[in-house]
Amino acid sequence: MSEPLLRVEAVSKRFGGLLAVDAASLVVEAGGITGLIGPNGAGKTTLFTLVSGFEKPTTGRILFKGRDVGALAPHERAALGVARTFQIVQPFAGLSVRENIAVGAHLRHPRRDDALGKAEAVAERVGLADRLDAPASGLTVVGRKRLELARALATEPELLLLDEVLAGLNPSEVRDIVPIIRDLRHSGVTILMVEHVMQAVMSLCDTVYVLAQGRMIAEGPPAAVTRDPAVIEAYLGHGAAARLAAREAAHG
Amino acid sequence: MTGPVNTSPRTSLLAAYGPILAVALVLALLPLATTANTVLNAMVLALLIALAGQGWNILGGYGGQFSFGHAVFFGTGAYAVALLQSRLGLNAYLAFGAAVAIGAAVGAAIGFLSFRSGLRGSYFALVTLAFAEVFRIVANASPWTGGASGALIKLDMRPENFQFASRATFFWIALALVTAALVATRMMERSRFGAYLVAIRENEDAAKALGVNTFRVKLQAITASAAVTAAAGAFYAQYFLFVDANIAFGTWISVEALLVPIVGGLGTVFGPLIGALALHGLAEATKALAGRLPGADLALYGALLVLAIAFAPNGVQGLFNRLKGGFSTRRAA
Repeated sequence: MSEPLLRVEAVSKRFGGLLAVDAASLVVEAGGITGLIGPNGAGKTTLFTLVSGFEKPTTGRILFKGRDVGALAPHERAALGVARTFQIVQPFAGLSVRENIAVGAHLRHPRRDDALGKAEAVAERVGLADRLDAPASGLTVVGRKRLELARALATEPELLLLDEVLAGLNPSEVRDIVPIIRDLRHSGVTILMVEHVMQAVMSLCDTVYVLAQGRMIAEGPPAAVTRDPAVIEAYLGHGAAARLAAREAAHG
Repeated sequence: MTGPVNTSPRTSLLAAYGPILAVALVLALLPLATTANTVLNAMVLALLIALAGQGWNILGGYGGQFSFGHAVFFGTGAYAVALLQSRLGLNAYLAFGAAVAIGAAVGAAIGFLSFRSGLRGSYFALVTLAFAEVFRIVANASPWTGGASGALIKLDMRPENFQFASRATFFWIALALVTAALVATRMMERSRFGAYLVAIRENEDAAKALGVNTFRVKLQAITASAAVTAAAGAFYAQYFLFVDANIAFGTWISVEALLVPIVGGLGTVFGPLIGALALHGLAEATKALAGRLPGADLALYGALLVLAIAFAPNGVQGLFNRLKGGFSTRRAA
């Protein structure tokens, strides 16, 4: 089998006395959507910051296309084709939507006109075409999520790290964004997503990893993982899996 | 820090550079309207401050890295042009070019030290202030720089020495320097470098995630910023044929350099020029009105700054744009 796009090998991250990520490993195959779920505080976002380069792992290796990128700065990883969005959206508030996206587009398009053209094409893809000249600070929550996605896409990544793009959206907004993510995958972008909206995880992801207290406790297709007793206990507490099973048996 | 939304993205060359040339042409006619040395002298000073502010604006206005010590670049340019001529006998024009280059090098060095150690915001401002003070104290103490009595450029009024009998000539040279800085700023605004610099001002982490080498961009910005402000300093020394430590590295120029873009419009091409003309026009007017009341012009300066921050946070240009926008929406409604 060929080398996966991203391989995280026994990565740990320690902040003082806190072991936020504890020897976690995962593999992202090219062309798919891989999910990363887990209870609050499990270390999902920390793992993302390690993959995108904003923090360096304490131990372990991060391989992108077989190359160890653990020591590279975020901008160097972006140049290799790793883009991320932020869980708390980080727009360039004083700039227009077009200029926001153009910053991302400049990575592959040094000329201003090319970058602006690329920005318009990307805006079309994420449904921001009619907001191009609006100031980013004037966007709604879902608009900002689209912008976050658009800027990352404008860097023409091979691997897109989505950190809870659906968080804070209402169900109808989620239904708007999910097809965009699906389209991205069809256009050849590999996606690793942290997500709490399980309906989206179930419908989008091929493989799901479950992180709890910094450790990877399960992996597999979404349907199997959500039935895993270890996963149920991580979310609902010790003994929850047994109680659920007993209740199911009682109701027959 | 939110700056103004830049002008529409795909402006033609004429729309981008036309206003700069128009302003330059109008200002160039001024010496034809008046031959009074006092007026020309005030205008040369205003242009010089505009140039120093134009340098500050690249780093502070576009890049959001507020320096409180641009005197360090101004003074380096001023001392370099004086000492290269008086100590090393260099030709005045070569000395001018060298002074700009030395100013840029000092900017790169200070930028490397501050940005490598991740200094931002008030910490960066304090470090630049400290550098300016150190340079001032050293220039004031070292015999090589002439100590407290300062450095002189030998009076030899010939064009090949960059010395002119007519103030109008100096005025046109200052105007040419300001125009070059305006054009360079506009070019920067329309380049990838400019887009990256503004992105850093708006959100440094987001810029990193999009592939911006923020350290390199900030380093380039402080180098360019220092070069432009050093040019203002070099011109100052060449104009007065004298510098001392308190003029060259004094806080007055650090304050002027940041005041004029703030008053005129942070992160805009014309901001520093508008600010310099407004402030110095006003200072001259108050001097004339309240001539016998010492410090009246300074008190007015302070009042104006407070008003500018309270009512026009994006400067005169921002206020103008806002009023224009306000009127057009009212018309549309």
